[in-house]
Amino acid sequence: MKRVDHVKASRNFIADEKHIEFHDKRLWGLRTSRDAAAHGIPEWEALRTLASGIKEHTLTHLADYLEEFERNAINNGVVVHWAADAEEHNRIVHEILSKRGAKSLVKSKSMLTEECGMREYLEARGILVVETDLGERIQQLDDEKPSHIVVPAVHKLAVDVADVFARKLGTDPNNSDVYYLADAQRQTTRPLILNADAGMTGCNFAIAETGGITVCTNEGNADLSANVPPLHIASIGIEKLIPKLEHLGVFVRMLSRSALGSPITQYTSHFRGPRVGGEMHYVLVDNGRSERLAMDDFWYSLKCIRCGACMNTCPVYRRSGGLSYGGVYSGPIGAIINPTYDLKKYSALPFASTMNGSCTNVCPVRINIHEQIYKWRQIIAERHELPFVKKEAMKAAGKVLANPKLYRAAMKTANGALATLPRAFIYNPFNAWGKQREVPASPKYTFRDWYLKRNKAK
Amino acid sequence: MKVALFVPCFIDSFFPEVGIATLELLERLGCEVDYPLEQTCCGQPMGNSGCEKDAAATEALFVQNFLDYDYIVSPSGSCVHHVRNHLTAAPPSSGRASVRAHTYELVEFLHDVLKVDSFPWASFPHKVGLHNSCGTLRALKTASMSEIVGPNFSKPLSLLNKVRGIEFVTPDRPDECCGFGGTFCVSEEPVSARMGFDKVRDHKRAGAEYIVSADSSCLMHQQGCADRLKLGLKFIHIAQILNGATS
Repeated sequence: MKRVDHVKASRNFIADEKHIEFHDKRLWGLRTSRDAAAHGIPEWEALRTLASGIKEHTLTHLADYLEEFERNAINNGVVVHWAADAEEHNRIVHEILSKRGAKSLVKSKSMLTEECGMREYLEARGILVVETDLGERIQQLDDEKPSHIVVPAVHKLAVDVADVFARKLGTDPNNSDVYYLADAQRQTTRPLILNADAGMTGCNFAIAETGGITVCTNEGNADLSANVPPLHIASIGIEKLIPKLEHLGVFVRMLSRSALGSPITQYTSHFRGPRVGGEMHYVLVDNGRSERLAMDDFWYSLKCIRCGACMNTCPVYRRSGGLSYGGVYSGPIGAIINPTYDLKKYSALPFASTMNGSCTNVCPVRINIHEQIYKWRQIIAERHELPFVKKEAMKAAGKVLANPKLYRAAMKTANGALATLPRAFIYNPFNAWGKQREVPASPKYTFRDWYLKRNKAK
Repeated sequence: MKVALFVPCFIDSFFPEVGIATLELLERLGCEVDYPLEQTCCGQPMGNSGCEKDAAATEALFVQNFLDYDYIVSPSGSCVHHVRNHLTAAPPSSGRASVRAHTYELVEFLHDVLKVDSFPWASFPHKVGLHNSCGTLRALKTASMSEIVGPNFSKPLSLLNKVRGIEFVTPDRPDECCGFGGTFCVSEEPVSARMGFDKVRDHKRAGAEYIVSADSSCLMHQQGCADRLKLGLKFIHIAQILNGATS
């Protein structure tokens, strides 16, 4: 797999002033709303600890809770399937559909189905797949991945959407009024929903105790997808489990506040069993999760509830856009999840971070994101996935900085041959410092020189 | 009180005046300051780049240089963060644990250990934007953070408030990262520079004449950005203001 070039992608993103300015401001706006919502709850930090604890407990007893969930779901009349990986997930979904002669599937947003590449799989087998979330639909029509896990088309301006809709839905290319565009999507999608053979949702929380699932949306599109067609399939990552219904209160209080700054999503829908005359299926998907659960330094990332707060707060994400991460997950959470799938392909992502720690601070389940980024960097270097120049520079720096004599010699040569930090880092005609920044003045003496001179004079 | 001064490599090299201000300030406050002559670096550049193995010898040297001090003080938040929270490349030893536990960032040391209540020599009649570096803010927690629900406090502000004539401006995003990020500043140059531009423009809009910080690395990056934009902003380390610099 080709390595993702985050630097190149971000350079292109930044070159477009209108887009980057909007993108940064829009997501910073979400972060600001999130702060206001969080600060409105005095026990917020305690809630984060509680949520983290519930997830930690669940993940360390995951097999038990999965079996309890399955038992209760079956008792509720749900058909439960297990998928070890993306391929098995897609095959199962296709089998469910083809057995019933279903030719069309309407679905609400699901990062898991993105992860599995399900849409492409089903479309190649003649199934019409329709995204019903507005942002996700825009991305589907534009044949792009979602750039954000909550607001998938946040990198697009209204004029971009007008362009996509004009090409794909036949709207007026010069009308970028958001009400006009939203209405066009609604009018064109509703008939597809009404005539769909099957519906699919993702799952925000799967409750072991009841065998039910909870789906949170702001458009009510999960309800339409699940309730209009006679067949409802829910794709569920195995890390979505929580033990009891009472735990849901903790997470529902935090999810939308963290994501958008609203107290709750417009729709919080609870599904427990098939309606009369209908069918309901759960596909429980592993796809690398068990493997991640066994990683000492990284299993904590499985606590993620996909709120996107880490992306909204990330200054790098806001200035490079979700697509620059080249994977299903972007931003800080993408930087620590994607490498578990393909270390080589995503080896640049943990370096697309200043490790400022804001992501860790906003995470409602207290994932130590920036510390995991640090750990991933060590693994990437150990497995020789660092760019050659950086690796050699660090080796040289390590040698010089470990030796006071070499260090002092290096400090004296502003543009000397010694490839050491920090001088060569800045005063190097080949490096990137000076492209957009002025180079600092080179002082005549080091602190150490001054100190020795002063002591002599004393 | 005996104190060892740790002057990180880039301060030694680019900002000797920050090391000098720190030393003079500590002496003014009655500390007996040692500067171990064989010091180089804490190992952070290699560790942050994923090359902890290449940092092992540098970290071991750091431990050796600072082994016997009760207080190791440094005017750099990110380096102190590396010493306290990482330093994992050097072999585990009681010496390493002790050095970690005894290392303080300058603001912490002035605020928490010396509990300085006045800087009678300090006067800085300028409009100042405070840049809390991520190293001091989120790693060392020297001030409350906008993301975290809890009481408001700021150790650097409480020190600077004791300086005569100083005025503070309020940028829109007071604790967003400025984009320096160590080797990030060259390896992710486009985003780093953009973050820097946004940061200095924010301070400029708020009316700052100076940006002050406890981290020279952030200042170096921001100054590079501000000078390229010809914003006319000036940059100064907190040690210099507290030591009585007037401009």
